[in-house]
Amino acid sequence: MWLRNNQVAVLAGLTVVLMAAALALIFFWVPNDADQGFSQRIFYFHVPIALTAYVCFGWGALKAFFHLWKRSPGADLESYVAIHQGVIFGALTLITGSLWAKVSWGVWWTWSEKQLVLFLVLFLFYAAYFMLRFSVEPGPARANLSAVYALFGVVLIPVSFLAIRLGERYIHPVVFSSRGPQLADSMLLTFFVAWAALLALAGTLYRLELLGKRLDAELRELKEALA
Amino acid sequence: MTSGEKYVAAVYGIVFLFVLAYVLIMATKLARLQREVGELARLVRSRLQVETEAPEQEEVAVG
Repeated sequence: MWLRNNQVAVLAGLTVVLMAAALALIFFWVPNDADQGFSQRIFYFHVPIALTAYVCFGWGALKAFFHLWKRSPGADLESYVAIHQGVIFGALTLITGSLWAKVSWGVWWTWSEKQLVLFLVLFLFYAAYFMLRFSVEPGPARANLSAVYALFGVVLIPVSFLAIRLGERYIHPVVFSSRGPQLADSMLLTFFVAWAALLALAGTLYRLELLGKRLDAELRELKEALA
Repeated sequence: MTSGEKYVAAVYGIVFLFVLAYVLIMATKLARLQREVGELARLVRSRLQVETEAPEQEEVAVG
């Protein structure tokens, strides 16, 4: 009961613990990469941020599906908030990726990389979701249109993820290949702790934003009733 | 500080700034919600006051 009433607080606490553990592992425990040296530490945040963005978009599409299929109350709002989180994490992926590209390849961006371009396409697709959503008056039509759009976008996630694995020539590193993770055990553990921390962060922000939006809606309803 | 270290610091700094910006946005929103709740509470209080101050109608026997 207490847990159910304090979900955000529990998630926030978990985020703090996991984030502290991840940062301690990244900066004080995991060894330097033999090839890239210290700058490889960007990997422990860049890749989990990108995977978290995929999870957010996937969650948004799932909620959109529930809205269209079962007409679940609140599913539209949950889908919207998840996609909002996905776009934020997507922007962070592009920024951190660009910094890593500069230090590793000497350029901020390269159009010849399928992984980069496809992630940008996915990001822009979901960024356009907001233009569609806010161009329609609030109501069932807006919710249905947004849900259909969110579901279309989910097709881009596996395409974006598999892009570098299907390409023959690439400079973007592939860590998780069909032969398993190409990382030392200590690096793999650090990666998973960092990913757990970022998932917990996304979960906390998702719950917080949802809480704020629901509170806002209820307050507006109360205002109208009292007016 | 080497070039690699600077870029690593920039990446982690940006993520930290993002979290800070989010907290700032949430704080602004909370302040607005608090203001609106305050307005509603004042409205309800003033209505209750009007109801209690209104003169009670005398009961008159009919018939």
